[in-house]
Amino acid sequence: MRKRIVFTLSVLLTLTIALSGCSGRKAGDSSRIVVGIPQDLEDSLDPHKAAAAGTREVLFNVFEGLLKPDVNGDLIPAVAKEYTVSDDGLTYSFILRDGIKFHDGNPVTAQDVKYSIEKSAGMTGDASLIAAFSNIDKVNAVSDSQVDIVLKERDVDFPAYLASVSAAIIPMANATPDTTPIGTGPYKYVSRSPQENVIMERFDDYWGEKANIKDVEFKIEVGDAMIMDLKGGSVDMSARLSVTQVKQLGDEFDILEGSMNLVQALYLNNKVKPFDDVRVRQALCYATDTQEILDLAFDGHGAPIGSSVFPAFGKYFIPELADKYPRDVNKAKELLKEAGYADGFDMTITVPSNYIPHVDTAQVLVEQLKEAGIRATINQVEWNTWLSDVYAGRSYESTVIGVDASSMTAEALLGRFYSKADNNFANYSNAEYDRLYEESRITFDDARRTELYKDMEMILADDAANVYIQDMAEFVALNKKFEGYEFYPLYVLDIAKLKVKE
Amino acid sequence: MKKRFMKNRRLFIGAVITGIMVLLAVAGVFFTPYDPNAMDTSAKLAGISLKHLMGCDNFGRDILSRILSGLGTTMLVALGTVFIGVFFGTIIGAFTGYYGGIPDEVLMRFNDAVLAFPSLLLALVFISVMGAGKLNVTIALGILFIPSYARIMRGEFLRCKNLDYVRSARLMGASDIRIMFVHILPNTVQVMLSTIAIGFNNAVLAEAGMSYLGIGVQPPDSSLGRMLSEAQSYLFIRPGYAVCTGTAIVLLILGFAMLSEGLEKNA
Repeated sequence: MRKRIVFTLSVLLTLTIALSGCSGRKAGDSSRIVVGIPQDLEDSLDPHKAAAAGTREVLFNVFEGLLKPDVNGDLIPAVAKEYTVSDDGLTYSFILRDGIKFHDGNPVTAQDVKYSIEKSAGMTGDASLIAAFSNIDKVNAVSDSQVDIVLKERDVDFPAYLASVSAAIIPMANATPDTTPIGTGPYKYVSRSPQENVIMERFDDYWGEKANIKDVEFKIEVGDAMIMDLKGGSVDMSARLSVTQVKQLGDEFDILEGSMNLVQALYLNNKVKPFDDVRVRQALCYATDTQEILDLAFDGHGAPIGSSVFPAFGKYFIPELADKYPRDVNKAKELLKEAGYADGFDMTITVPSNYIPHVDTAQVLVEQLKEAGIRATINQVEWNTWLSDVYAGRSYESTVIGVDASSMTAEALLGRFYSKADNNFANYSNAEYDRLYEESRITFDDARRTELYKDMEMILADDAANVYIQDMAEFVALNKKFEGYEFYPLYVLDIAKLKVKE
Repeated sequence: MKKRFMKNRRLFIGAVITGIMVLLAVAGVFFTPYDPNAMDTSAKLAGISLKHLMGCDNFGRDILSRILSGLGTTMLVALGTVFIGVFFGTIIGAFTGYYGGIPDEVLMRFNDAVLAFPSLLLALVFISVMGAGKLNVTIALGILFIPSYARIMRGEFLRCKNLDYVRSARLMGASDIRIMFVHILPNTVQVMLSTIAIGFNNAVLAEAGMSYLGIGVQPPDSSLGRMLSEAQSYLFIRPGYAVCTGTAIVLLILGFAMLSEGLEKNA
């Protein structure tokens, strides 16, 4: 009996050793990459229904809109090869690209485009992910290669919304876009195994520059297990890692540093005492030291900013504003005295507990504010509570959070400080700012609009609407076998540009 | 004889460990090597050295100082919790046990209902209603501890209420309140003490758990649970951080557990 057990065990042991050699991928299998992603694509594979940023960054490789963003955030033609706008700014005419095909081999027709835009805009019953699409009056398939979109009101940013994955062009004939996604992007969808992976393959009939790597597997791995996978070699690339995680990786990876493209700040409720006084807000700015925050909580990584625009918006970003309020505790105290708070005051910083970088930032802020006599306490809340109480309910004093841009438009960042905006959670109100914003909405001249946006940025900084901190750094680990990763000013993972090193 | 010694030894070791921990916590209120919240860019994740006996955390804060002050916070929350639980539990237990009848039935069924809930879940509900923070955690945990104490004290009062000394007191015309709290209560001290010790341990762990989840003690204040959760991200880079904090929790629990066991066996 005992002999048999020993025999079985030794067989098992041999097998374990023998088979463990098979778990890694074969060397030389070069045109395949495994990309680690931190969440499953649970919401939907239908681009018009995928609400999570994590889902859209993967679907970006499969789908395209009439236009798409390039690495600089500029709009380039995709399914449409060109478009014109009528003089009244209400009708956009798109000419479709010749010979463009869906992944199933069928050509893209004007009817498909009409169907897609109407579906995306919620005109066929589903809810729309793009609020601005409620402005679409009708979509007309004028000819086989031309589609006109007619708006109810002028909207200068309309083309930017069309570049979103949520406005992707999909075939009308596909009855199950939820499970069998078909698009026009550089990769076509092959299969998905829940909580495990999503597999894609290069689309060889792609209209533009074809992808370099043939097979892509998006492997789902949660938390620090991603680091284990990277170290073990079962994942070749992973984005959105933290400094702490990256530090644990070895030499076999290129660590690329990009930015998260969000405005991290101590957002103040401008309607609540004492933050309704501009001197108090400026005192807060003088009391904080951005570089020290970066050093302590982010290992020195991150780009300091001084207003509600992050550096990726090159055209609108004003770098000098980051130095507008250098640390000056005495000045802070003086301003507080002027405002009638010679003995400082108590304040609460509400932070969502699931975002450790924001909690860490708040901890450093508490220490820095203490020196200026401001007694801050941290109140951690759960993410849903934050969304309902702080963001929607606006019942808070101050909060540390990062605000992103939903599309490549400065409006997405600056619009929220318009006093009547629904998402103006900082309760900011400034008559001059409102005037500029209203003008920017109806200004079509790009130079003039840029000027207006810059003026708005300056007002936010002068007014110290919030204590602006930084655009947080994000890290991408890429196995040294590959190269070519490029950061977008948007939340996307572009696999098509990756290639195997020579 | 030998058995007796074993019991005493447990009590002795428990008392020594607990004594040291209490001393450290008290000392932490008056003196810590550094300001526990002071950050230092140059000492980020510094290792163990003479300057920083347990090293520094990711903000360059001295871990020893933070453990000392965190020990105080954790103990204070635990003591507060046990106090609330014992105080109200004793009152409820005394009345229900002594008088019995329908109020007893109703209260005890309600008690059972509260006990049936997972306590951490209930605490989470309390916190989401009242907001996070040291005081609220103490109150929430305290309320959760009431039912179990009430049940134990009720049992004690039930046992004692028909004993001869209680009957004599009643004959002498002592009021019910006097009988309950002057005659019966002192006779329950033995049971009370050992349940307090167990309760204290549960409270320490509950506080650590809540702070670990980010809803207990709020940063930048330290508590052992919070520190452990912060140490987690640096497990590979600075294992000492988690080990030191974890050891403090283990010692605190161990001391009280041995103390309570020793007390029980000594009875």
